[in-house]
Amino acid sequence: MSVLVYIENWDGKLKKLSYELASYGAQLAEKLQLPVKAVSLGKVDETILKSVGKYGIAEVLSDTNEAYNTLDNCAIAKALFAAAQKTNASIVVMANNNLGKAVSPRLAVKMKAGLVSAVQGLPISTEPFVVKKMVFTSKAFAQITIKSANKILTLAPNSFGLAEKNTDTTITAFDAGLSADDFATTVVSSNKVTGKVLLQDAEIVVSGGRGMKAADNWGQLEELAEILGAGTACSRPVSDEGWRPHAEHVGQTGKIIAPNLYFAFGISGAIQHLGGVSSSKVIVAVNKDPEAPIFEAADYGIVGDVFKVLPQFIEAVKELKA
Amino acid sequence: MKILVLIGNVPDTTTKIKFNADHTAFDASGVQWIINPWDELALTRALELKEAYGAKVEKIVVANVGRSETEATLRKALAVGADEAIRIDADPLDAFFVASQLTAVAADYDLILAGIENADYNGTAVGGMLAEMLDRKSVSAVSGIDLEDDLLKISREIDGGSQQLTMSLPLLAVVQKGIAKEPRIPAMRGIMMARKKPLNVIAAADAEALTAFDHFELPPAKAACKMVEEDQAASLIRILHEEAKVL
Repeated sequence: MSVLVYIENWDGKLKKLSYELASYGAQLAEKLQLPVKAVSLGKVDETILKSVGKYGIAEVLSDTNEAYNTLDNCAIAKALFAAAQKTNASIVVMANNNLGKAVSPRLAVKMKAGLVSAVQGLPISTEPFVVKKMVFTSKAFAQITIKSANKILTLAPNSFGLAEKNTDTTITAFDAGLSADDFATTVVSSNKVTGKVLLQDAEIVVSGGRGMKAADNWGQLEELAEILGAGTACSRPVSDEGWRPHAEHVGQTGKIIAPNLYFAFGISGAIQHLGGVSSSKVIVAVNKDPEAPIFEAADYGIVGDVFKVLPQFIEAVKELKA
Repeated sequence: MKILVLIGNVPDTTTKIKFNADHTAFDASGVQWIINPWDELALTRALELKEAYGAKVEKIVVANVGRSETEATLRKALAVGADEAIRIDADPLDAFFVASQLTAVAADYDLILAGIENADYNGTAVGGMLAEMLDRKSVSAVSGIDLEDDLLKISREIDGGSQQLTMSLPLLAVVQKGIAKEPRIPAMRGIMMARKKPLNVIAAADAEALTAFDHFELPPAKAACKMVEEDQAASLIRILHEEAKVL
C-alpha cells in the first residue's frame, strides 16, 4: 500500500499547491508508515519534477502526454486510477481546486474510495480513519470517518503549508495507457489570467463590496493587492452588478476561501458572504456603518470611509516593504 | 433532449446551525429548507434553455434523494418550471450513496446538471460520481452552457483562467456561479400548476455509504473586533505585521 499525491502543473511548471500537497502526502504517509509517491500528468521537465523531493516525495510517476492539457475530467481520472494501481495506492491526495473537484469523484468511484473534500490538516486518527472539515459553509466543523479501505482526500490550497523533508527523488516514466478517444474535451479558446495572484492560491485577499460604489473605484484596491501580492475578490452585489467578474465572488454561491489575511472594504457582511470567508485566519473590515455585521466576524476594524483608509494602507504597506 | 437537474435539499442559508445534545447530528428543528443554491442556478439555466430552444428541450426533470419532507423543495422546483420530479426515498448518507441511488433514474437523460457544491455538508462529489457510475463524460466548474446544433458550447473556469469548450451529448455538467443570473421566484400560477405535475417516488436500491459524519462542533466564539480610528489606519498595518504576524 502507499499514499499517492497528484501534483499539478501548468505550462510545464509545477503549481505552488503541488509542493503543499507533497508536504501533506509525505506527513500523512509517515503517520501511516506507508511509502509516498506522486504522479504528474503532462509535459514537465524531470529537473522540475525532482523539486518535490524537498518535501518528502521519493518517486514521481510522469506521463508526459500533452493531451492532458485539455483537462478532460474522464481522461485525468482514468490516468490517476492507472497510477494508483501501479503504486498500489490506498490513499490519493489532490487539491480541492477546480480540477481536483472535477476528477476526485470519478476516481473515487473507480477505486471505490471514500472521498472527503477540503479536509483540514492530517487525520485526527488513522484507525478508524477520521478527518475534519468545515460544513454548513464554514458555520461548523465535522469529523468524518472514512470506512472504505481506499480513501481520497482533497486539500484546500494554503490550508496546510509547506513542510521540508529532503529526499532523493527518482522520476519514473509512466504511460497511463490512454488513447485519443479518452479525451473528449475540445478546447476552443483559453483565457489565462497572467501576472495576477489567483484567488484560490492567495495567502492575502483584498475584497470590495457595494461600499466601493462603482466599478471605476477599484484602482486603489488593486494597487493595495498588488503591493501585498494579494488576490482580489468581491461580494455578491458587486459581481451581480458586473463591476467585477463572477470568478471573484466569494461567499455563498461563489467561492469559499480561507486566506491568512482577508481585507473587506465596504462589505456589510451578510451571512452568505461570511460563509465564504469566515475561515480566514485574520479578517480586517473597513466600513462606514459601525453596525455592519462584518465587524462581528472581523478581528480588526475601522469605521470609516474606504477611500480615506485605502491610501493610508497603501503608504503603510510600502513603508513596511521598504 | 431531456435534461435532469439534481436537487439538494439544504437549510436556508441564513439558518443558525445547531446540533443535537451529543453533537452527532444536525438539529433540523425549526429549519426552513431550500433548493441548494448551486442546484437552483442549474435549474434556472435548464429553464432558460427550454425557453430559448423550444421543442429541442423535450422536458426538464428534477431529482433528489431524500425523505418525504424534501418534497416541498421538489415542488418549488416544479413551481418555477420543471416538468416532473423524482424523489428516491432514502436518507442521503453520503455522496457515493446518493450517486449510487441516482443511477437508477439518470441514464435516460441527455444532459444532467448538478451544482458544484452543497450548502449543507459542503460536498462536491455527487455529480462527478454519478457521471463515472454511468460511464458518461463530464465537465466541471461550468459557468456557461449553450446549445449549438447537436453540440454543447461550454464555458468553464479552470485554475488560473477560463476556457470555451465544445462537448457532445450525453454529458453531465457540474455548474457554478455565472451559469444563470437570478434564480426564479415561484409565481402563484406556477405553484398551482406544480400541484398537478408528477412527483414520482422511487424506492431506494441497495447501496452503501463509504463515509460517515460522526461529530459536529461549532467554531470557537470569536474575540471582539479590535477597532482602529480612521485617521490611524496606518497603525493597523503595523499591528498586522507585529501582532497578528500576517503581513
